[in-house]
Amino acid sequence: MTIIPLDRAHTANGASGGRPVLEARGLTKYFPAHTHRGARQAVVHAVEDVTLALPPAGITAVVGESGSGKSTLARLLAQLIKPTAGNVLLDGAATPGRQRYARQVQLVLQDPFSSLNPVHNVRYHLARPLKVHGLASGGSLDSQIAELLGRVALTPADQFAAKFPHELSGGQRQRVAIARALAMRPRVLLADEPVSMLDVSIRLGVLNLLAGLREREGLAILYVTHDIASARYLADVISVMYAGQIIESGPAAQVTDAPAHPYTQLLLSAAPDPDRAEPPSLRGRGAPPNLIRPPAGCRFHPRCPFAMAVCAEERPAAIEIAPGHTSACWLHAMDLTAAQSRPLKEPARPGPALKDPAPGDVAPKDTNRPQGPGEEKR
Amino acid sequence: MSREAVVRREAVVRREAVVSGDAIVSGDAIMSGASDTLSSGTGVSGEAAVSGEAGVSGEAAVSAASDVLIDVRGLCVDYGLGDDAVHAVVDADLELRRGEVLGLAGESGSGKSTLAYAVTRLLRPPGVITAGSARFAGSVNLMSAGLRELRGLRWSEIAVVLQSSMNALNPVLSIGTQFSDVLRAHRPDMSRANRQARSSELLEMVGIPADRLSSYPHELSGGMRQRVMIATALALDPSVVVMDEPTTALDVVTQREILEELMALRDRLGFAVLFISHDLSLLAEIADSIAVMYAGRLVERATAGAIFRAPRHPYSLGLLSSFPALHGPRRAMEGIPGSPPDLRNMPSGCSFHPRCGYAFDRCRTDPPPLLDLEAGTRAAACWLQDGHMTVPAELARPAQAPAAGEPEPTGGRS
Repeated sequence: MTIIPLDRAHTANGASGGRPVLEARGLTKYFPAHTHRGARQAVVHAVEDVTLALPPAGITAVVGESGSGKSTLARLLAQLIKPTAGNVLLDGAATPGRQRYARQVQLVLQDPFSSLNPVHNVRYHLARPLKVHGLASGGSLDSQIAELLGRVALTPADQFAAKFPHELSGGQRQRVAIARALAMRPRVLLADEPVSMLDVSIRLGVLNLLAGLREREGLAILYVTHDIASARYLADVISVMYAGQIIESGPAAQVTDAPAHPYTQLLLSAAPDPDRAEPPSLRGRGAPPNLIRPPAGCRFHPRCPFAMAVCAEERPAAIEIAPGHTSACWLHAMDLTAAQSRPLKEPARPGPALKDPAPGDVAPKDTNRPQGPGEEKR
Repeated sequence: MSREAVVRREAVVRREAVVSGDAIVSGDAIMSGASDTLSSGTGVSGEAAVSGEAGVSGEAAVSAASDVLIDVRGLCVDYGLGDDAVHAVVDADLELRRGEVLGLAGESGSGKSTLAYAVTRLLRPPGVITAGSARFAGSVNLMSAGLRELRGLRWSEIAVVLQSSMNALNPVLSIGTQFSDVLRAHRPDMSRANRQARSSELLEMVGIPADRLSSYPHELSGGMRQRVMIATALALDPSVVVMDEPTTALDVVTQREILEELMALRDRLGFAVLFISHDLSLLAEIADSIAVMYAGRLVERATAGAIFRAPRHPYSLGLLSSFPALHGPRRAMEGIPGSPPDLRNMPSGCSFHPRCGYAFDRCRTDPPPLLDLEAGTRAAACWLQDGHMTVPAELARPAQAPAAGEPEPTGGRS
């Protein structure tokens, strides 16, 4: 079994020395929206202006709810879809052609029950990329397949190579999918919810496998997940996405222990946590916005208990609140005018069963920021 | 254990065929089934509903002999017949008390949903109940209840919320119509205006504005649809609500909101919940007691706090250490090695032994029974706990006097 070094030093973006292997700069993706009538230009703002860097031998987690754009981001980075704007840089340079890019950057999908072809055995799945990329032929093929299966701890290899997907458990299938991605020795692995379809008891095994690949082979890994606890476990850096934008980013333990953005705080207070003394009260905290017509200003402001006038008008820039830890929230801006920091009215909430959230439930723990409206109410 | 029902196997099989012939499988099927009765014989379903209530809630509530609403003994469920049968649930004992939230935890294939479907008699062929008994409120034998009797119980006393609300709601009927279908079928003497009023009330109860009654399922978000499912389940004020992974497909924030609403409704209306989930950390937070299933068997049963703080079965311990913590130092965790067994090819002895770090010889040969531990307050199916072995420290932690605010076993959460 692989062991994750305890309390390893956090490698914040680029801090591990060396420039990032893969970078996203201002990456934006709009999907055309099919609306009923007229509105031809309607688009879904799936990903907007995302900047992200994957350092070598680093694990970066992207955390968000469904619809936050995290999977679209993974697909953009894998170059499966073309960005509307922005660039993907490999080793600081423009990306090479499709095939050469695929040798460097590989994607592992969420559902190993549908990402493997049921009519082919494991050997076929692993041989195919090696042949397509001309990396193996004839005699070396079998030894390479055995070696790949060994890297994902599927041994004895010859036994697994002959099996068909239906003969494997979910965890084993996902290992085959990872082995397939490793076939051309990529330097970047993009893992889109790699464990969310797996049984609870085998998730850690796959996460530990990813950690081991980073340790042993220096892979840069993007771990896309909705489970912030597993991101804290696995990743060096956590980037939180909301409505297509990265709203907070920083060292994993710091983001989860001292979340700076009100959305991260909401996300953390919603995560199951049996250690919690008091169950949180999140009733009436609303739902993510419509991405065809996203709210102006900060996209979280309609749900934010601390929203100010400026939040409804201007999108907050990412503000560095600690080394390597940024949060895109006006609460961290020190130079707001009185008019700008006027608290917004409590947004109208549907339904009489919903009550106002108790102020302070998700009060930011960051002491550097100016008094938020939530504080005053307390 | 109680295998006397084996002799009734044939009869049960036949009845199952009748019940499932009624296609009572998912929410909308129940509705359409119910509507069918309305057209084919209003009097019958009306009578059944009324007599069911009188027989059940009336008598049982008065006979305070016990608070146990659903009492399952030695239940066995197979998929298929003969030698090819897969034993999905083996010898399950379960008690659901009035007002209690009982969490049923397990991985996929552990038999948790099958158990719940068998108890509510919603099991579809090739599922077959081969042995055991299940009683509702001490009086009604759920295993032998006829169609009319079941119809009186379903929805009025035992309601079900299914995992996939998208599939459970009928896409071509408005929410209001689906509410009113339930009420019309089970409360035939209710006037149209009263049905309307009750539907609005139900919808608002789960935090959806009443004007949404005219919406169709596709116009609602996933969270709202699941709320509608919960509201329909509560339409007739049942004493038991079975929830099969009701929030699994939802985002954490929505999930949390719905659970909060559910718990508030439970406090107000006093129904008991059988909550099926694979997420033990979630159950530890919301359930009063938890039963853990593995490969078709109940392996541990205790109060939520006791399971979380002091598990007695190595599988429960392994599950608990499969969830990374949100606090404290980050440390390497191992989870449980291996994967759940194939039900068609089960290991001998304890079905967990190939994955268990504590397994010894006896585990490989004898399947352990569910042993009563600590004066019957909890039970675990593990040979380590039968008094002859030295129990490893991590499986013998004191369950400890609950701290303030800790859920009581019988659902007295404040």
